[in-house]
Amino acid sequence: MRITKLHGLAILVTAGIAGAIWYHHPFSPSRDQERANSPGGDSGLKSDLHEASLTLPWRQDVLVLTPWLAPIVWEGTFSRDILNAQYLQKNLVTGVVTFAVEKYVQFIEGFMTSANKYFLAGHQVNFYLFTDSPEKVSHVQMSPENRVFVIPVQSGSGWQDACRSRMHILSSYIQRRLQHEVDYLFSMDIDVQLLAHVGVEIIDALVATISSWQLSPQHDDRAQGTQPGPPAASPEGHGDFHYTASFYGGSVSEVYKLSTACFGGVMEDREIGIGARGHHESLLNKYLLQHKPTRLLSPEYYWDTELSSSLIHVKRMCPVHKDSSWH
Amino acid sequence: MISRKLLLTSLFCLGVVAALAIWARAGSGKVHYLPYYLPCPEIFSMKLQYTEEKLIQLFPQLFYQQPRVLVPKRQDVLTVTPWLAPIVWEGTFDPEILDSAYRPLNLTIGVTAFAIGKYTRFVRRFLESAEQHFMRGYQVNYYIFTDSPASVPSLQLQPGRSLATVPMAKFSSWQEISMRRMEAISRHVAQVSGREVQYLFCLDVDMVFHNPWGPETLGDMVAAIHPGYFTVPREQFPYERRSSSAAFIPEGEGDFYYGGAVFGGLVNKVYEFTKSCHMTILADKANGIMAAWQEESHLNRHFLTHKPSKLLSPEYIWDDRKPKPPEIRLIRFSTVDKDYKEVRN
Repeated sequence: MRITKLHGLAILVTAGIAGAIWYHHPFSPSRDQERANSPGGDSGLKSDLHEASLTLPWRQDVLVLTPWLAPIVWEGTFSRDILNAQYLQKNLVTGVVTFAVEKYVQFIEGFMTSANKYFLAGHQVNFYLFTDSPEKVSHVQMSPENRVFVIPVQSGSGWQDACRSRMHILSSYIQRRLQHEVDYLFSMDIDVQLLAHVGVEIIDALVATISSWQLSPQHDDRAQGTQPGPPAASPEGHGDFHYTASFYGGSVSEVYKLSTACFGGVMEDREIGIGARGHHESLLNKYLLQHKPTRLLSPEYYWDTELSSSLIHVKRMCPVHKDSSWH
Repeated sequence: MISRKLLLTSLFCLGVVAALAIWARAGSGKVHYLPYYLPCPEIFSMKLQYTEEKLIQLFPQLFYQQPRVLVPKRQDVLTVTPWLAPIVWEGTFDPEILDSAYRPLNLTIGVTAFAIGKYTRFVRRFLESAEQHFMRGYQVNYYIFTDSPASVPSLQLQPGRSLATVPMAKFSSWQEISMRRMEAISRHVAQVSGREVQYLFCLDVDMVFHNPWGPETLGDMVAAIHPGYFTVPREQFPYERRSSSAAFIPEGEGDFYYGGAVFGGLVNKVYEFTKSCHMTILADKANGIMAAWQEESHLNRHFLTHKPSKLLSPEYIWDDRKPKPPEIRLIRFSTVDKDYKEVRN
């Protein structure tokens, strides 16, 4: 049989079809084009904070987990990038509640400026400022995602330090309004300044901050009740940690339960005529003994600058210095 | 003019090329699936009814030693992940405190275990050791998925604990059986266990409990760290490294290597998780590829993007063939010695 042009044409056509099939369906998987590799779409997220090694904890000098398995947040224990990604996935809104009455009004501007800069920067935050002088609230330039709501309240003598009205107001306001506007809520003292980022590592169901004075060994003994000093964690002296009332929070439902319970406790003592800042704190501690926080913040998150400790690597929130003429 | 010989030769060439193409296409993976294997629509549209999750438990007054901020419990191991999930090691928790909070909640905890083919021989020891060590004092429902319900021993269980066998087909290969567990668990949760339990653990049956396993393991989504990979860097994790698989994890990514033998959590979270793993397994099947470690690879892929809320240390998923390092103070759950070739046949 002679090889004619038609033979050649047939072979070319066959080769062409074979080539087309090869191109569209490569025989080995490694020749597949790179496809988007993650079903969740977020695979570019790396643990940037040094690769977690199970036999090498980052903080060996402090307790990072409570006996009921609640994490204690210290600098070096968390990666804010990972936590931010998780927070963003859930589309959450956090609120801050703070009270500024009588002479505490002077702290509003400093508080708002620093909180706007450092508190959950980049996420939506609603600030609820309860004050008896709304006209004195100067306009502070806020980030576009943050909002400020100024709510007028009445004041009485020695009101600021009395917790009864604060808890009552908080409790009823959550029920009336806040539960519809925020998912998480934090209560902060107005006479503080934020000096470093306080981010989404604080977001959990019930969050409390360990008091600064718990960090030095002699203060640790005070908590055990062996030395005189600041009050023991609870009236009976059987506390886990001593928590500060200057910064606490959690999910809006948990903060509601907390404020309602503390208000109830206050009402009992009102008959006896007690009402002071220290009392506010001891009520909070009593509640948190029975309803243990799901996350604890180290004293970095409310650091009394008169103390010093090598364990505090970052001071995030500090009370504003007041001179002796204040009281 | 086209001769008959020419026509026949061309057709023959075309036929050979077509055959080669089909063979190459189909032969690129070890297991081939017929094109009409579609996802089961009825699983994916099932709405799960579940009870409200309780977040904060009331801790009754209890006398115990005060925790000290300056005294870390375990200095030799990591006890909190970078996303602030606790890692449960012996010494990090107080079982009394946790028991005092969880017991009053009247929880029922479910356990799934798959005993297919020769694996039914492991059920007795699994159940006997679970009765002794697993969630003592709590209500427990055991769900044994098996192809031969008759071979499941009827054991005397403690009060408040029950055993149910779930019929399950036996598939052709052990890998297939392993991967089908995700589908079976999600289907079972939607139909049965979602209504009966609040927390569910999915465990391998060829293992035995040696020490207490209690409420410290309860959480929203719980994974366990594989005993073979907790001291090595992520480059050495046996993740699926082929980009064509839905379980692909590229180099430079990954937190830990989790074991497929233990996972659990709130029942609705376990449902979502197993459903999602089942979907990625199906995606791989459609592409004719099987992940390096079957559903364990898919589990690891899923836990990279949806990080677990609590991790269990290798104490909870140990391999007895390994020597015990000092970091492991207590072995709670570990493999039974067996001849893998013989039992998987």
